[in-house]
Amino acid sequence: MSDPPAIELKDVSKRFGPRWAISRLSFTLAPGRSLLLTGHNGSGKTTLLRMIATATFPTLGAIELFGQETRRHRADLRPKVALLSHANFLYEDLTAAQNLSLAAQLLGTDAPATKVAELLDRVGLLARANNPVRQFSAGMRKRVSIARLLLKAPKLALLDEPFGELDPAGITQMEGLIRELQAQGATVVLATHLIEQGLALTQERLHLEQGRKEKVS
Amino acid sequence: MPFWSPLALFAVVLAIVVTHLVVPSTRGWMWKLSALVGLGALALLLFLGLIWAPPEAFMSDVGRILYVHVPFVWMCMVAFTLNVGCAIAYLMKKSWRTDALAESTAEIGVMFGAGGVLMGSIWARPTWGVWWDWDPRLISTTVMLLAYVGYLAFRSFTEDPERRATWSAAVSILGYVSLPIVWFSVRWWNSLHQVQSTSQSLDSQMKIVMWWGTVTMLFFLFAFVVKRYEIARSRQSTALEAPPEAPRQEVTA
Amino acid sequence: MKPVGLLRGAWLVLKKDWQLEWRTRARLTATVFFSLCTLLLFSFAMGPGIDVLRAHAPGYLWLGILFASVLSLGESFRVEAENQSLTGLLLAPVDARSIFLGKVLGNATLLFGLALLLLPVTVALYDVDLSRNPGLLLVALALGCLGIAAPGTVYSAMSSNARARDVMLPLLLFPVLVPMLLAAVSATRFALGKDVQEQLPSWLKLLTAFDLIYLSVGFLVFPRVVEDD
Repeated sequence: MSDPPAIELKDVSKRFGPRWAISRLSFTLAPGRSLLLTGHNGSGKTTLLRMIATATFPTLGAIELFGQETRRHRADLRPKVALLSHANFLYEDLTAAQNLSLAAQLLGTDAPATKVAELLDRVGLLARANNPVRQFSAGMRKRVSIARLLLKAPKLALLDEPFGELDPAGITQMEGLIRELQAQGATVVLATHLIEQGLALTQERLHLEQGRKEKVS
Repeated sequence: MPFWSPLALFAVVLAIVVTHLVVPSTRGWMWKLSALVGLGALALLLFLGLIWAPPEAFMSDVGRILYVHVPFVWMCMVAFTLNVGCAIAYLMKKSWRTDALAESTAEIGVMFGAGGVLMGSIWARPTWGVWWDWDPRLISTTVMLLAYVGYLAFRSFTEDPERRATWSAAVSILGYVSLPIVWFSVRWWNSLHQVQSTSQSLDSQMKIVMWWGTVTMLFFLFAFVVKRYEIARSRQSTALEAPPEAPRQEVTA
Repeated sequence: MKPVGLLRGAWLVLKKDWQLEWRTRARLTATVFFSLCTLLLFSFAMGPGIDVLRAHAPGYLWLGILFASVLSLGESFRVEAENQSLTGLLLAPVDARSIFLGKVLGNATLLFGLALLLLPVTVALYDVDLSRNPGLLLVALALGCLGIAAPGTVYSAMSSNARARDVMLPLLLFPVLVPMLLAAVSATRFALGKDVQEQLPSWLKLLTAFDLIYLSVGFLVFPRVVEDD
């Protein structure tokens, strides 16, 4: 008796305004596997990741995560899924520590203060813990988002251009983070333009062209 | 003029509406028929209202505008009630048809409501000496009208069609809920200040004309709502791409 | 990690909003001064007759709060739109209804604080007497602010993304607030002045009914507004 797939897309289409951003997409990803998602800007990668994250829902068709349909079971699924996105979901006027502390308390974490300090230290932001995020560079903001993702310890991690805005040291750190998530048994979907790094980190690949799955040579 | 004539006319409206709903093949022209019959009924209304009905003791000839004013306000309320019904239906089960009907009833409702309030104001000036007053009906209708003007403005400013449909349903419900609250609070305020509400004791002839007027406007309400619904539907089909077809060829990941 | 309940989620959202408001308190101060100016303008527009001003003071106070509410309600969701933080909250996860409760209470407490700050101003400008029935005066203020916050939170969530957002919020909110304004002004008037017919409790009941209705409708409708489904 096998576990249900981590992600199962069943003939999914998504309308965005008047256009169809995703057209009749179907695929499956087993738990613990990692998928590389490629495609030009505007091919639908971000929309797809947002749908899997339950930030939005398909117009037609259905998405199941670990056997549960996203629309109906979003409350059960959201604690298990984390999205690292271009939009960092941070409050500009709160400090890094306050942003993470809020996330920790919302997750019902025990001893949130210690955990927050630990994670900030891990991403190298402990010295700037009490500075408002507004003062941070793009790379630093990304690191706060990474810390928040680690806090969640998700079963399914969705990474939308995680290497963007990072310097080479940051990219190496991000690769390490992805390997760590994989070692913990998480399922990972990685959308990136850095094909080389992406291929090294993943086992499967999905290429999108105008919202449709395309065969990759 | 027999007392049951408005009832007979109402039976005609009902027949038209039911046929339209039940027999799809008639939907192309049923609204036109309704408008035509309505015009006939309107012609008769003009005769009844301006000539046949006696002048009211208190309001004299000015009161004749009430035969159109009151039906207009009723149509406004019917339209808005249909709208909030669509709003609730849409939130329970998404459907472009429901959204199109919501758009249609809101616009037609605002049209009738604005006309009704304007006519009420025209009537009020010679009767009460003021253009405006603290009448619960007037205030409630105006508040609803403003709420729905806001609804229409909101719709026109929201670009994403799905979001527009869901959010305007929310706006509609919040706005409609205000109706009983406004009504009750103004009425209570008036009772505390011992403000006399205008007593409208109509004699039987005037009642017949009032009812005839109301049913006449139903023909137009139906025709306008149907036509506007069709416009909304055609806008939807041009603005929105059709759903995608099956994949052209088999592709494997 | 244990899941967070509805009320605890609301409390965390509320606390977060208080933290944000405190950190951007320059904006709060500006809003207070804006309301102050509004009250001053009313007194200039109505002329120097102190009896007229005293009689209509409750109206001016509530209009001042109402105009300020457009600013504060708008800001409440602008901060959520900046980095799509509202989506972040939903995915955290937080129940949308918790967000509604937290935001309504946040907006209501902010407006209540503003109302308290404006009370001495009304004494100075309009010569009102606060000592008659201070307890019920505070109740009237609290219920009224809640009445603005409940529908205001729903409308603000919708207008923060719309075009013409500056005018959309007041256009949607003001018609619906007509009965609340009537009740709040009446209740305030009877708390500040003579209440021969003992109307005050009834107006407070009407305010409570308004609040309960809009809190319930908002509670039901808000998830559909903020979730993208």
